[in-house]
Amino acid sequence: MAKSDLIGGELWEQYSKKVADRMNNPLNFGELTEAEAKELGGKLVIANEGAESCGDTVRLFWIVDPKTHIIKKATFKSFGCGTAIAATDMMAEMCIGKTVDEAAKINNLDVEHALRDEEDVAAVPPQKMHCSVMAYEVIKRATSIYRNVDISTLEEADIVCECARVSLQTVEDAIRINDLTTVEEISDYTKAGAFCKSCIQPGGHEKREHYLVDILARVRGEIDRERNPDKALTTDFEKLSVVKQIKAIEAVLDEHIRPALARDGGGIELEDVQPGEDGIVNVHIQYQGSCKGCAGSVAGTLTFVEETLKKNLSEKIRGVVV
Amino acid sequence: MERIYLDNNATTIVDPAVRDAMDPFYCHMYGNPNSLHSYGIEVRPYLHQAMEQLYAGIGARDEDDIIINSCATEGNNTVILGFYFTLLKDTRKKHIVTTQLEHPCIRESCRFLEQHGVKVTYLAPNRDGMISAQMVKEAITDQTALVSVMWANNETGLIQPIKEISEICKERGVYLHTDAVQAIGKVKVDLTDVHVDYLTFSAHKFHGPKGIGGLYIRNGVSLPPLLHGGEQMGGRRAGTVDVAGMVAIGKAMELANQHLAYQNTEVRRLRDKLEDALLKIDDILVVGKRELRTPNTVYVSIRGVEGEALIWDLNQNGIAASTGSACASESLEASPILTAIGADKELAHTGVRLSLSRFTTEQEIDFTIYTINKAVSRLRKLSTSY
Repeated sequence: MAKSDLIGGELWEQYSKKVADRMNNPLNFGELTEAEAKELGGKLVIANEGAESCGDTVRLFWIVDPKTHIIKKATFKSFGCGTAIAATDMMAEMCIGKTVDEAAKINNLDVEHALRDEEDVAAVPPQKMHCSVMAYEVIKRATSIYRNVDISTLEEADIVCECARVSLQTVEDAIRINDLTTVEEISDYTKAGAFCKSCIQPGGHEKREHYLVDILARVRGEIDRERNPDKALTTDFEKLSVVKQIKAIEAVLDEHIRPALARDGGGIELEDVQPGEDGIVNVHIQYQGSCKGCAGSVAGTLTFVEETLKKNLSEKIRGVVV
Repeated sequence: MERIYLDNNATTIVDPAVRDAMDPFYCHMYGNPNSLHSYGIEVRPYLHQAMEQLYAGIGARDEDDIIINSCATEGNNTVILGFYFTLLKDTRKKHIVTTQLEHPCIRESCRFLEQHGVKVTYLAPNRDGMISAQMVKEAITDQTALVSVMWANNETGLIQPIKEISEICKERGVYLHTDAVQAIGKVKVDLTDVHVDYLTFSAHKFHGPKGIGGLYIRNGVSLPPLLHGGEQMGGRRAGTVDVAGMVAIGKAMELANQHLAYQNTEVRRLRDKLEDALLKIDDILVVGKRELRTPNTVYVSIRGVEGEALIWDLNQNGIAASTGSACASESLEASPILTAIGADKELAHTGVRLSLSRFTTEQEIDFTIYTINKAVSRLRKLSTSY
């Protein structure tokens, strides 16, 4: 929270003039037909994306020159809010004159950039970014149709959010491309997790294979490691699943703690991981070898173990000797 | 551009008579009603007068309390959170019954208590968008301390059977709270006829100013204050009274009741005219039986037309309406009422609410009918699904 966040409610006044103009008078809406494609000597591609039950749908029409693969004509239809219509209109326009391969590289940020009035002012507020993601996804779909690549293997193999039909790849891409750090941002950009919320974290009304908290933690971890190869773990440890917490703790035990204890003939085993109040993670440990029963292990060694875990994983860790 | 305001369930224009009544308390009668001197003395009669207007307005008895506060959100929080301390925390009563239709201030207060071990049942409306007394009856257990059901719904205008629910609660010895924010000034709210323990309202929904509201507490019913530290409102709500606001809510209440007949004849006629005209559009759905709704509200779902896109087009033409659907707010969730009434999933994001007031004119309704038709035909041309 900060001064600029306290009033809230802004939405339409944050749209660029281009967004408003294209909502009021979209330039590229309509349908293309086989007859028109034939006339232009091109191949008609019709791609659908989204579902009305999720709030917006878009249908993209292309006429593609089969020799050059250049998109000669592009139009759209859309069920959606103003930004969805404006973004789709801009996206269709951006396709025209490009080859299918070039068009496939257009992403939601390109569309959003093209809709800006000023270079450094976003065309739409963050919660409307998902509208341009839809425009980007429909291009991918149109591309796969044109190339005759089976869409089910391409797009829907790993669906994270069933409500919004968002794939694992889309979530990972959205996190990477936009440098997202929270689940709320993922929902703003991709719509994943915005509906029934089952895919956000375990415990929703439906069990899911992938959860956004885990994907976010993993991808953030990857991004952090790429940016800062020395620092292995800076992801939000508390948000990991217990299994992943255990793995992370074991890794630190192996790397930093067990070798130190082994020098004194001691050892340590992880017994349990228990969530405590206020996000505290209680790490239950049991000493082995010479550490067992050693008076120093209660105070000195425990401090060492706890501090090492804190430094590598999270400040929220508390060591508990079983 | 001349503008037309059809979002009166969100807030209303302050009646000029209310504004006139407030004015002196900003200019020369600006005393603190707690002061002993003449500045305090001269304002107190006006506060007493406001109390008379409010008590008469909702049919409260002299032995009951009406606490003046900042809004219904405050009142609703005071009731739900207060209940935690009076009953839920230390007795075996651990259960609240409320509905999925409630305003977020009820829902989120209940969610907050859930974190503290309170069990909450959120009743889903039936296919008519209604909560029945039978549903409440079935949800009440030995552990239930409080039932909270709104008098009228903000989105659909559907009037819930509070009298029947109150009888069930009385029979079962369970306290009843009702959020009457959408009912005051639209339907008769008379507590001599309906036994509720707590009732909340906000002035700005019935042509009073924003930032002033009321909480009715039946005599003999306990409730700790939310704000501590002053003897105002008999110690039940600390903080210097907003004198102008209190005078305003009293006056607004009086006017609201004086205009009830007008609401039920003229406003209803205009709403029905609008609704009948909209029903001529193909594939349009109006939520809730007309006779069960407040006379000023119509909630429509138009196939193939996304809600926010429609209110965008209306706004371009100077008409203010609102949508409970996906893209409208910062939240992406679809309107629960459309899900509840069993509408197609495709319609979940098409809901648009038009809410009139006693200031709405026939000309405005005619222009709105024309504009909606124009917008629907434009958006359906664009739409993938129509």
